Amino acid sequence: MNTASNNNNLAMTGGEAAAEAMRQIEPGVVPVYPITPQTPIVEYFARFQAAGKVKTEIITAESEHSVMSAAIGAAAAGSRAMTATSSAGLALMYEILGVASGMRLPIVANIANRALSAPINIHCDHSDAIGVRDAGWVQIFCETAQEVYDSTILAVRLAEHPEVLLPVMVNQDGFITSHLLEDIEILPDQPVKNFVGAYRYPYSLLSQEQPVTFGALMLPDHLFETKVAQAEAMQKAGEVYKEVGSALGKITGRDYPKFELFQVDENTEAVIVTMSSAAGTAKAVAQKLFKKGQKVGVVKIKLFRPFPYEELRALLKDIRGIAVLDRAFSFGSVPALYSEIIQTLHRAETSNNIQSYVFGIGGRDLREKDVKQVYADLAAGQFSSETKFLNLNQ
Amino acid sequence: MTIANSMKAKILPGGIIAPGGNSIANKTGLWAARHAEVDQKKCIKCHTCVAFCPEGCIEIDADGKNVKVNPDYCKGCMVCAVECPAGAITMKKK
Repeated sequence: MNTASNNNNLAMTGGEAAAEAMRQIEPGVVPVYPITPQTPIVEYFARFQAAGKVKTEIITAESEHSVMSAAIGAAAAGSRAMTATSSAGLALMYEILGVASGMRLPIVANIANRALSAPINIHCDHSDAIGVRDAGWVQIFCETAQEVYDSTILAVRLAEHPEVLLPVMVNQDGFITSHLLEDIEILPDQPVKNFVGAYRYPYSLLSQEQPVTFGALMLPDHLFETKVAQAEAMQKAGEVYKEVGSALGKITGRDYPKFELFQVDENTEAVIVTMSSAAGTAKAVAQKLFKKGQKVGVVKIKLFRPFPYEELRALLKDIRGIAVLDRAFSFGSVPALYSEIIQTLHRAETSNNIQSYVFGIGGRDLREKDVKQVYADLAAGQFSSETKFLNLNQ
Repeated sequence: MTIANSMKAKILPGGIIAPGGNSIANKTGLWAARHAEVDQKKCIKCHTCVAFCPEGCIEIDADGKNVKVNPDYCKGCMVCAVECPAGAITMKKK
């Protein structure tokens, strides 16, 4: 494995990229429980620990519920805590995800997104992360292994920022990103260590000089205000994301926008809005259509929580046709990203048409011809309030 | 902000309460509908109630014999009244 002393490019999977970032960050505690397709992340990281490359304490817990509980104990005691999971593992953590965010503990978790059971399926969709979108975690969605690596480093500093103090989830597409090799640039160790700095949570469960009570009972006279403060911290995380991203950009030379624009300018007539690896397919198609003279682009949402409504509104309000591609259902409602885009535009005086699509459930491929169909629908003005399905066997 | 005000303690992000050690300020006996009272004439000074009280709110006097329930923290759970071998503890409505 890499122990680079200079900037270098390596072929790595998204899982390896997450583990490599974790090696450089060297958290104090990493509680783990294996689950496909996240397992390579903790496998690679455990190899680093076994080889003595990190001094991290790895806690092999008996479930993901215990993993997140151990991470909370470590973070509250004064140690940087990171972990990784997928699908049912994230679902089993659900109760404790809210404890982590409610106690304002800056834990960073890498998630290799995978479909939730049942029926059981090990492949990618976003039902796991979308299902926990209201658990109070910052959520970043990554298209590539490079984004996974960069975002994991960014996430640590974002989470631990004194005005944020919230856990952060770095999502990558299970198998599609987590298991496929890509060419990525790895920073030398020292700049990464300098960038994240030492873990400095302002209070420690173990402090004798400044004893505090964590996790106290909080009845109707206090809980409301505490939750409002948590909501404000989440809003603040949006501003801090920009700050931290710009600081990281000075080291990597890459940008960390809340959403990435591809072929989008004042002349753009139609865009696909989506997240994660699907954006790559959408860009490939958009590029081909652009060369044929179609004014089409892609908007890739990277920061899903807090959702960048204001910035997106300014951008999307003048685009006539918008297709939103979600990789998860919201049963009994409209898909989550589509719902956010509707919310983004509902106060804008605009006449854009928005169409919802669901794709890629349980690892179903999003093919170029599916994306072409979406752009064709937009061009033909075929909009409805019904969600359409891409690559669904009829 | 009853707890915070009484101790000049602060509720910090995440519901962390600082400084620690403020449980004395939080008079949990205020919730109770009744509290235990010891009849000193019946009491045989065995201190069984002291050992059983889940709140640790039955105090032994300086003489090391007589016991007294602190109503600020007694929740009226009746454990002492049940355990008392002399039947010396009764529950009083507040």
